[in-house]
Amino acid sequence: MGWFDKLRSKTAKSQEDQPKQEAPSQKTPDLWKKCPGCGETILTKDLVRNLFLCVKCDYHMRMPVWDRVALLSDDNSFVEFNQELKSADPLKFVDSKEYPQRIAEAIEKTDAFDAAMTGYVQIDGIKAILGVMNFEFMGGSMGSVVGEKLAEALERGASEKTPVVIVATSGGARMQEGIFSLMQMAKTSAAVKKLNAAKVPFISILTDPTTGGVSASFASLGDFNIAEPGALICFAGPRVIEQTIRQKLPEGFQKSKFLLEHGMLDCIVHRRTLKKQIAKILHILNNGR
Amino acid sequence: MALELDFEKPIIEIEKRIEDLKVISDAGHVDLTEEIALLSSKIEPLKKEIYNNLESWQVAKLARHIDRPSTLEYVKHICGDDFVEMHGDRLFGDDPAIVGGIGLIDGRSVMIIGHQKGCDTQTNIYRNFGMPHPEGYRKALRLMRFAEQFNMPVVTFIDTPGAFPGIGAEERGQSEAIAKNLAEMSALRVPIICFITGEGGSGGALALGVGDKVFMFEFSIYSVISAEGCAAILWNDPNKAKEAASALKFKSTDLLKAGIIDEILNEPLGGAHRDHKKAAEEIKKTILKYLPTLIAVSADNLIEERYNRFRRIGKFAGEEEQENG
Repeated sequence: MGWFDKLRSKTAKSQEDQPKQEAPSQKTPDLWKKCPGCGETILTKDLVRNLFLCVKCDYHMRMPVWDRVALLSDDNSFVEFNQELKSADPLKFVDSKEYPQRIAEAIEKTDAFDAAMTGYVQIDGIKAILGVMNFEFMGGSMGSVVGEKLAEALERGASEKTPVVIVATSGGARMQEGIFSLMQMAKTSAAVKKLNAAKVPFISILTDPTTGGVSASFASLGDFNIAEPGALICFAGPRVIEQTIRQKLPEGFQKSKFLLEHGMLDCIVHRRTLKKQIAKILHILNNGR
Repeated sequence: MALELDFEKPIIEIEKRIEDLKVISDAGHVDLTEEIALLSSKIEPLKKEIYNNLESWQVAKLARHIDRPSTLEYVKHICGDDFVEMHGDRLFGDDPAIVGGIGLIDGRSVMIIGHQKGCDTQTNIYRNFGMPHPEGYRKALRLMRFAEQFNMPVVTFIDTPGAFPGIGAEERGQSEAIAKNLAEMSALRVPIICFITGEGGSGGALALGVGDKVFMFEFSIYSVISAEGCAAILWNDPNKAKEAASALKFKSTDLLKAGIIDEILNEPLGGAHRDHKKAAEEIKKTILKYLPTLIAVSADNLIEERYNRFRRIGKFAGEEEQENG
């Protein structure tokens, strides 16, 4: 239990001491980051200030979870629930490492207990429930905890008549949880259906990357499906498809624009205007109130 | 000629020796009746020993056996002539990797939907090895809504390596098609009974698997990823598929223990591919056993229980500590 207590206190501290809206990216270890778009090397602190948009080519780089929360919520309005929900190891899964060790390392690295956080927020003064996935935590993979948190977020939305916004970023299912992780697809999708039945809006934000079991469940089921520019969004990853069909894939395949053109998205929204756009949609859906 | 699996070799060797002895015996040179009887008596216990102790990887091979009965074969045995196949998603096309239609089971109308594999190379190419495109899932959804409209229970047969990873599938929204089925099945107002008959390959399998009852054949598998895929990603080595297979715990016994399925259906000795009719009878028996109870439940209660069935699934750290005392 020693490490657990330590981490608990550490997380608690990070919640209290650090005004999260002002200084979100506390744990960014590298001084420099290279832009995957143009190759430009950028000072991490400049990147943080620029919402993880490349200062040269505007490439939308992956955004740490707290920065994302800060981006979308009014100052200090985020009140998290289920914060300390932690995964078990139902399969006693071991590959090159034991699964509990992987989780412990991910907790150490990210200061989060799993790959999603959920809570209440104000978005330009509109009350909503916000779920944000965390790619830095085991590739944003969905296991029991992610499934549970998002399902509860959607259920709270349904019973409290509060719109739900979920920002997806995920490599897919958490393989280490085997069948339990697969079933989270059914669980979260059923919860979306419950929200639909309650006639409460669900805005799904698909960011780079949203793939596999996450793309093939709740993330594709938004009343509004919004993507960030250049995000990879797919069921099967490009490498898997290339191996299957033994062909090179066309440029831009499975990127946001491709999905928009194929009718899978309502719109592509730049990160700088994302919050405004969400607020606008919720405002219109609520008879302008 | 049935495909031989390596662990079946001892059985096949004895069977071959019996055949040889019979030929000699029938030629009238010597009386080998006793030897033949002795060898024959060894087969049953040997089969039992082998099939009761299969590794995950070996079960996967049985689950993928090319001679394993397919959805349309089960339908033939279960409904006889009383089945009408329905085609097309009314949106794009008809996917041969998923079949469905209306049928009668002992005088009760049902909607049957399942993945469809081929039985040889040619039919497998036509069926895309049972790997559906979005139009397959959308056909399945159309048929489920049809079932709801006419108040018919739905029976699904699950047997796929997974949804097809291809350009067309991505262009037409493979993710959305699967996701939509998961959501819609969770609230379909008629009973849904699911059978995992062979390979339960990930989201492409689950897209027909959100039911009130879920059954699995003894030598079928149900997994979040194939052993090969898992080995390639987590072990960085596709040759570690055997290790990945046992780590993923995808055998029917594992899934029963995990509370994901309701019951394991026994297969004919040596696997469903050795006796299609008997395997089909097992399914029919199970449908007839559970259908009356499910039909008696009101639609509201039915979907509430179905929702809770999937809502409950998940394992968390605190619970584990409690379990361990």
